[in-house]
Amino acid sequence: MARHLITTTINGDEVEFACQPGQTLLEVLRTELGMNGTKNGCGSGDCGSCTVIVNDRPINACLVLGVELEGAQVETIEGMADGTELHPLQQKFLDHAALQCGICTPGILNMAKAFLAKNPDPTESEVRFGLAGNLCRCTGYDKIVRAVLDAAQEMRAPK
Amino acid sequence: MADLKYESPTTTEAAVALLAAGGEMARVFAGGTDLLVQMHEEMIEPTLLVDIKSIKETREITFEADYVRIGAAVTGAELGENDKLVAMWPGVVEAVELIGSYQVQGRATIAGNLCNASPAADSVPAMIAAGASVCIAGPTGTHEIPVEQMAVSPGKTSLAQGEFVTSILLPNRPSNAGDAYLRFIPRTEMDIAVVGVGVSIELNADGTCASARLSLGAVSATAQLVKAASGILVGNKLDDTVLEALASAASDACSPIDDKRGTIEFRTKVAGVLACRATKIAWQRAEKN
Repeated sequence: MARHLITTTINGDEVEFACQPGQTLLEVLRTELGMNGTKNGCGSGDCGSCTVIVNDRPINACLVLGVELEGAQVETIEGMADGTELHPLQQKFLDHAALQCGICTPGILNMAKAFLAKNPDPTESEVRFGLAGNLCRCTGYDKIVRAVLDAAQEMRAPK
Repeated sequence: MADLKYESPTTTEAAVALLAAGGEMARVFAGGTDLLVQMHEEMIEPTLLVDIKSIKETREITFEADYVRIGAAVTGAELGENDKLVAMWPGVVEAVELIGSYQVQGRATIAGNLCNASPAADSVPAMIAAGASVCIAGPTGTHEIPVEQMAVSPGKTSLAQGEFVTSILLPNRPSNAGDAYLRFIPRTEMDIAVVGVGVSIELNADGTCASARLSLGAVSATAQLVKAASGILVGNKLDDTVLEALASAASDACSPIDDKRGTIEFRTKVAGVLACRATKIAWQRAEKN
């Protein structure tokens, strides 16, 4: 079967991969590229655990095909920290203990990052609606929402 | 998916040729938020995906002499970011924005919501109320149909083999016009409509209704235009007698299913309640325009 050769940018690096027509971005990341930070939850766009950012938009990687990504800019959890320095969202998730099993966490961090880029000063209600596409079965969401609000405040503060 | 092929034509003609040659095993691919789920669940096993996103006209929102044209691959997120469109058709945009999460909004399209032919599709009653039409390209050329003629039964459209939707047309608005969409869901977000109501209103200078279209979703096999609503509203102001008649007309038009998300009795009652609420919102918007 014909494999497609795709050139894309992942976390700032040019990456070339070969994929089959039906392979999702989620499968490409995890099996072709060995980038296991993006998690596979439901595979049907309900849980948000595979959320990555493609061309500045948060999307479910399980609902995008690898073949669509020629020339695309992809951001995954692996590119979120700057070297050893955590992104403010990552740090606040630790500070607030906003994760337990961790499967939903990379997706929520990416969604929160994309959400705060559009709405840097959200209300609690806006954060909850913003994260409505991300399911978490451990935390009950409260700590996640507090961590995102706290990170937003820190990210707004003048450096 | 072993024998799946992927094509990304750059012209409508090339897409039609691919779809016609692919026959029943070919599928149009834009946002993929329904298609890839159906493939994943092995409800369908297509052998060819025709990605229409490389066709320029499917990606654009253009304001033309008589209407605004929304390309078939324009995403929900892009609709919501178009201020001019939001000002013209706030009800259509709010209906689209109720579909799924932010992640889904970044991919899902209004044309896909229509072609998935779910009776509960949120954007469809809003589009029917708006008097929208669908531009279809196919082996015999292009033609337009009203939105309400697209779905023929749950999951099935009137599209012939080789045909696909290239864009949706929403008519331009006079002043004193407004629209609205409301739905009932058991949750507050991320759910499928138990009842959906789209309303579009145009007012006369004296504040009476000049024209009205009301459409119901999720209460019959396909979303429907409630023709009686127009006769009840036109020529009148929005008083209790009119609202009562409107609620009855909406409830009378229902032939819903009974399922765990809503009984027949509940859906029928709620259709009337939401018809009144959505009409009030559309009316207020019309007064402000």
